[in-house]
Order: sequence, then C-alpha cells, then structure tokens
Amino acid sequence: MNRAYDKSARLVCGALDIDLAELNDWNCCGASAYMAIHELRAHLLSARNLAIAEKEKKDLVVVCPACLTTLTKTNHYLAEDSRFKRTIGAGLKAANLQYWGSVKVRHLLDVIVKDIGESEVKARIKRKLTGLKVAPYYGCQLTRPFGEIDDKEFPTILDTLLKWIGTEPVNFPLKAKCCGGLLMMTNEDVALGLNRNLLDCAQQNGAECIATICPLCHMNIETYQGDVNKMFGTNFRIPALYFTQLMGLAFGFSRKELGINEELIQSQGVLEKHLEVIR
Amino acid sequence: MAEKIGVYICHCGTNIGKTVDCKAVAEYARLLPNVVVARDYQYMCSDPGQEMIKNDIRELGLTRVVVASCSPLMHEPTFRRAVESAGLNPFLFQMANIREQCSWITENRELATARAKVIVSAAVMRVNFNEPLQVQKVPVNPNVLIVGGGITGIEAALQIADSGKKVYLVEKEPTIGGYMARFDKTFPTLDCAACILTPKMVSVGQHPNIELLSYSDVTDFSGYVGNFTARIRRRPRYVDEDKCTGCGQCEQKCPLSVPSEFECDLGKRKAIYRPFPQAVPSTPVIDREHCLYFTKGVCKVCQKFCPRGAIDFEQEEKYVDVQVGSAILATGFDLFDASRIKEYGYGRLPNVITSLEFERLTHASGPTAGKILLKNGKPPESVAIVHCVGSRDLNYNEYCSRVCCMYSLKTAHLVHEKTEAKVYEFYIDMRAFGKGYEEFYKRLLHEDVTFIRGRVAEIADVPQNPSEKGKLIVVAEDTLLGIVRRVPVDLAVLSVGLEPRRDVVQVAHTFRISRSKDGFFLEKHPKLAPVSTAGDGIFIAGSCQGPKDIPDSVAQGAAAAANVLSLVDRKEVELEPTIALIQEESCSGCKICIGLCPYNAISFDETGNRAVIAAALCKGCGVCVAACPSGAIEQQNFTGPQLLAEVEAICAQ
Repeated sequence: MNRAYDKSARLVCGALDIDLAELNDWNCCGASAYMAIHELRAHLLSARNLAIAEKEKKDLVVVCPACLTTLTKTNHYLAEDSRFKRTIGAGLKAANLQYWGSVKVRHLLDVIVKDIGESEVKARIKRKLTGLKVAPYYGCQLTRPFGEIDDKEFPTILDTLLKWIGTEPVNFPLKAKCCGGLLMMTNEDVALGLNRNLLDCAQQNGAECIATICPLCHMNIETYQGDVNKMFGTNFRIPALYFTQLMGLAFGFSRKELGINEELIQSQGVLEKHLEVIR
Repeated sequence: MAEKIGVYICHCGTNIGKTVDCKAVAEYARLLPNVVVARDYQYMCSDPGQEMIKNDIRELGLTRVVVASCSPLMHEPTFRRAVESAGLNPFLFQMANIREQCSWITENRELATARAKVIVSAAVMRVNFNEPLQVQKVPVNPNVLIVGGGITGIEAALQIADSGKKVYLVEKEPTIGGYMARFDKTFPTLDCAACILTPKMVSVGQHPNIELLSYSDVTDFSGYVGNFTARIRRRPRYVDEDKCTGCGQCEQKCPLSVPSEFECDLGKRKAIYRPFPQAVPSTPVIDREHCLYFTKGVCKVCQKFCPRGAIDFEQEEKYVDVQVGSAILATGFDLFDASRIKEYGYGRLPNVITSLEFERLTHASGPTAGKILLKNGKPPESVAIVHCVGSRDLNYNEYCSRVCCMYSLKTAHLVHEKTEAKVYEFYIDMRAFGKGYEEFYKRLLHEDVTFIRGRVAEIADVPQNPSEKGKLIVVAEDTLLGIVRRVPVDLAVLSVGLEPRRDVVQVAHTFRISRSKDGFFLEKHPKLAPVSTAGDGIFIAGSCQGPKDIPDSVAQGAAAAANVLSLVDRKEVELEPTIALIQEESCSGCKICIGLCPYNAISFDETGNRAVIAAALCKGCGVCVAACPSGAIEQQNFTGPQLLAEVEAICAQ
C-alpha cells in the first residue's frame, strides 16, 4: 500500500519536472517513536540523513510527516543548542560525517504547492476529477509542532492543491486531528474510536473519499475501517487515496501505475463517476 | 593643585551589602590617588547619607565626589543636588553603579567585591577630569498635547483644561470615547458606560480650553521638554465642522448602507456617518471608500439636503503645527484578533463571537436593541464564556490582560439577566483584584453560573453523540475534576485580551519613547514613575502602557495631568548640559553628523563651512561624537580624557 505512495509520488514528480534523487545509504528516521525511547540516538539517526544530504549538496524532500517532524526537530535543535550540536557532531564524526546545518527539510506537498505552484500543476492536467468530493486529511504531524508549512490547527494547503486538480474538498473540521498513529498496536480501542470520528465527520460532510498525506494515517483510516465498523456497528466504506494518487489521476496516469487497485476499500466506483477526459 | 576626592560606598540595605564587602571596597578606595576620604554607609541616598557627603565637602574641602551605589537613573539627581547644596558644581560628582552592574549579577562575594573595586577605581580616575558645567534654563510652554480621546485622554484633558491651561486633544477616529463608548455596562458596579462617559465627552467638546482635533493624528513631534512642536494631520471629513450643526439629515438621506465598524460589523451605518448618535464632535464624516460620489461620481444627496451647506467634497488633508510644552500619550490598545486561534473557530463558526461583539449585542442601542441573539435570530439556551483568549499563552501573549476575568463575569451576569440560558465560564484562575471585584465574583457564584476551571482546548462543531448535534462543543480539561469535558452550547463568547495598538511602533518612533518586552510603551519606573517616560515632558497613561480597566485608566489619566501641571507651573526647566559641542576649528564640514542626528539638532553653517549644534535640541546621545571623522565633536561630561581615564583604570586591574 505504501508502495503506491512511493510509485505515485515519483510519477507526479516526474511529470512536474521535480528531479528526485534517492539519498545514498539513508536510514530510518526512527518513525518519531524512537524519540521516546532514546532521544539522543533518535536525533543521531536524523542527523546522519541530514549530513549525507549536505554532503550531496541536496535538500531533503519527504512524503511522510513523521520523517518530516523528526528531521526538522533535529535541524532546529542543532541550530539552537550549541551543546547539543557538539554532542551530535561527535557522534557523526565516528561515522566520518559532519553537518553544518544547511539542509532544508520539506514535505512534498509543501514543495508542490509553494515552489511549483498553481499554473505548473494545472498545465499538466489531462483528466478532470470534476465534482469528486474529497475530505482533505492532514493528520497531526504535518504542521505540528513547528507550523512552518501552514497553520498548526487548521491548515488549508491540501485543500488548495485539491482544488487545483479539479476536485471539491469538503468542509472537514477534523482535518488535523490524530488518527491514533501507533496506538492501533497498543491501545486499539482508543485508536478505532478516533478513526470512527474521522470517518463519521468525512461522511457527514459528503466526502466520497479521503485524501491523505501520511502513510500511517492512510493505513489506519483505510485498513481498519472493517474493525471500526465491527466495533461501532457502523457501515463505512470510504476509500482513502494519497494526494499523489489523485494528482496522478488528473495528470493522466493509469490507475495501475498509481497503485490505485491495491487498497482494501476500492475507489473504482467513486472515481469512475467523476473522471472525464479533457479532449 | 591635586584634587581632593571623597568616595562613598552604599550598602543599599542588603542589595549591595550582601554580595559586596563594602568596607573592603572603601578601604581600597582610600588608597587610590587623590582620595582623601572613603566611607561606607547603609543608605547613601538617605538624609544622613547625603549629610555625610555635604559635611565632608565643607570640612575636608573636597573638590570631587564619587558615590558607588545604584544605577544613575534614579539617584544621580539626588546626589547632584546634595553636592550642589554644599557648594560644589554638581558635575564634579561621579556615580559608580555597583548594584545593577555588580551585586545583582552574581552571588559570589569575592568576585563581586573585586569587581566593585574596579568600578570604583574607574569612577575615581574619571572624576579627576570632570569639569564644572552650567545648567541651562528654558521656559515651559503651558500648552499640552494629548494623543488619544478614550476615557484616559478625556480625563487628562479635562483635568488640565479645568486648571486653565490649553489642551490640544488629538483623536484618530471621527469621535472621542474610545472603547468605553462601545461598552454596555461596566464592572463591578454595573453602571451604564454611556451614562458615565457621555457627559464627560460633552464637557470635552464644549470646554473653552480644549481644542479637539478628531479624525487626526500626530505625524511628527520635535523639540525638547517645555518646547515641542507637534505636526498634526487632519484627515478630510468632507463636512465643514464650523457649519455643521449635527442635525443628522445627511445620514438619513444617504442611500448607501455599509457595515458599521463601531458595531463590529453587526449593524449598518451610512456612507456619511457618525459612529454613534452621541458622538463628539457631532459632525459626521464621509467614508470615501464607499461614498457613491467618490466611487462612482454620482449622488451628492447629502449635499442637496444639508440645510447649512456644510458638505464639502473638495476638502483636502491638511497639516497643522501646534506648540506645546508637554504631551500625554493615551493611545490605548487593540483587542486580540481571535481568528488567530484557529481551534476556537472564530470567523468560521458563526456563533463564536468576541466579548466586544457581545457588548454590542447586549447594548440597548446596539444592532439587536439589547437582545442577546444567535445568528439565526433565536435566543441561546446555553452560553460558554472563554477566558484568556490570546492572554497567558506563550503562543500569543504571555501577559495577563487583567480586565478579562471581570468583564467575563459581567458577561455572565448580563446573559443571566437577559436570557434563560445556562452559563458556563471556562477560566484558568479567577483574578478579581480590584475594589469590589471579589465581591462581584462572589455575587456571580450565587447567580447559578457554572464555573469550570480549565483553559479551553477547542471549540468544535463535530458532534460525537446526539446531545452535541447542532451545538458548539467546548472542550476543556477540568483541572479540578481531572477530566476532559465536552460542553455543548449555542453561543461561545471569547474574552479576548488586550494588545499594543497596531501602530505602536510608529507612535513610539514619532515620540521617541521606548517599549517594554510586551510591546506596550515603557514607563520611566514601574512603581515610582508609572506615567513618565524616558523622554522628558512626554507622559503615558492608560492601556498604551499595559492592559488596564477603567478605574486604573482614569487614575493614570489624572496622574499624567498632575505631572504635566507640575511641569507647567515650574515655568522653566533645566536642560542637561551633557550635550555635544563642535570645536569649530577642527570641523571639516563633511556633514556626516547632520544626517545621523536622531533629533535634528545639527544644522550647517554655509558661510563658516561647519556644522552647528542647537544646544536645546541636543539630547547628548553621542552618535555624532562617535561618527565625526575629524574628532571635532566632544560630548560634555563624556570627554576623551574622562573616558580614557576610566578605561585605563579598568585595564590596569
């Protein structure tokens, strides 16, 4: 399923002439959970990625808000705390690396909306998704805690992009509320309750599908719909699609290329109602 | 002949004495060159302390005096006076700061004592080169400028005008009255704001000694204490104030209605309007942005119907210069913009309103004629009042806005009085500090208001159960019960905090006064000089200095008036002689200093090809002294030999 995010992100970037280069020998960011276990080592993991990026004279673009938060946090601490910087520096030195702090960390959504912009995106549209009602779901980490991309509590950047590609973002007041994240493993009842709220809110506001920007949100909201229905006696069947998949559709890629046939809750019916080819 | 220097080390109670060994410092000072006496004492600024200095001057024939104590801000004038009364020129005195710059910054007695010795020796070396200076006296213009016509400015203006002095009262808006004119009732007594304010507004409008310049602002303020020139920009009203009788015909006939700022856009006004019927002056203004004549070139209905021919579409902005001896800034505050807190939904959720909007709803002459109604026209069945919106919050303003707790209680009371609604107050701490305030709180506790202690996390519109359907859900952690509460209500009133006005930077720049960390104007001393500023002759009062309620604002307005009157009745003031002097023979005429002077005190003498400093305008900031490439400018009491001696003493340690 996350392969679909990878595939669609690469296709969309290719279409937009964004030259993505996979970071050489990158490591896991610790998925934000590691911070709670061993903060310093978690920062070292981030710092290593930052150092490699700096060596390759690149900025980092990520599609996962957890990576974004972790990398940005390390970057901030390094800039603000000289003692922390010395400690991390010593750690990096053991791996023959060093980091001066020049790397910017961005989410792909941010890059597409702010750097590429409306006209470039619109110029590549080959099919319209006219009238497709989408709940724009940001999750909790895209804008928190730093708020560098958009308003922390009520972001609108994804709404903007969804409008550019012809869909109709619906009012979705829970757009920046938590999906439960890893609680799905440790406290399933709570996490299922949170997802019930999200699905209910999307449905009440007439959404036909939910657009996601985070693999973990995507997994919780999509894969666990059956469990939500079982627990609360509901009957949700709302497909979730990565924002890159929706963009890819508008850009004319096939569903197969974008991995749209891979999800548990099929989106085919919903999409077919709205896809119209521009001649 | 060698100087005879007396050195006095102050303990300042325990402020200095606790960390600095004052006796040791005095003993050390005694050994410095030219020092004939060195003593330490508990409080040098006290009468016995000053007497000690005076006696030594008389009996030992001291020619120079050094006092090592606090910062010169407070007591330099004290000691200068003491020295002068014993017959010495006050500028032969030197103050050394061993409190703020020494004892208060460490707890290490040994280091502090060593540092105090360095500071004292620097002052002793320097004082050898101090020169006697003569103080210049200038007359004080008795006219007073007051900026801001809210309750604070009104109080100050009336106090001063009643004493027979001329007041220029400048107000940015078309009317005076400020925020108070928009309030319904005032806490804790619940008297009607208009009833106590409008008579004062009328007095201002009619007072022979007050020249009211409304719809105007001060664009430039130059000069020095006792002799300022204020340039006032008068925006065009397009209505001749002298001809207009305020009959209101034009307002009635104007065909265009637009949202009224005075009513927080809840009501309408015409394109020619007075913010409210009791406005002072009663002359309306034409809103150029909306007026059909100005936007489309047609209409002129107001002109047709004006019985006095007062409408003048040709009026232009003009500038007036007034001469004053002092100024009071009473420029007030802005309300916190609640839409910044997205999770409260202000601007997105229709029945989330600010406390000022509530004031207009509940005001008898407001848009709903005093009825508290939801956007659908129905009365609310439940109301939440949210405290500390934008205050006590590191994301927005760290400080407490002081007035919100009390006006929130008033809100609760009015809701209770006028509707059947259940009222919830969400507060962090209840701050009821003023006279009669705690009693008012107690009264509300008996009025069946539900108090929930907890900052509101969010105001949501996504129901989680049937009882929340169609309601606003106020979510907060109840810190007394230790649970998260979701309270469904129909109306949420945000008790927004007070902020510095959006033009505060510009006003501070115009009047050359400082601001504190929170952005408000900075007073000279937080306790002992609350309405003075670092700028002589410029005073501040009311909420431009920090959030204040009406009683405190009025008190400060009166206090500023008293300060001004004291200055005016002195008739003349002394100017600090520590100003810059140009040595004519060294000036190359490069003009670098002229552009740098922040006080426009330097001009150029074309015939002599040299810069000239106007002594009365110079504040002694030293910018030109440092900048002069020929070293032709010297600042009195900060001369080269003085500073070098000081530096040498420090470096010698």
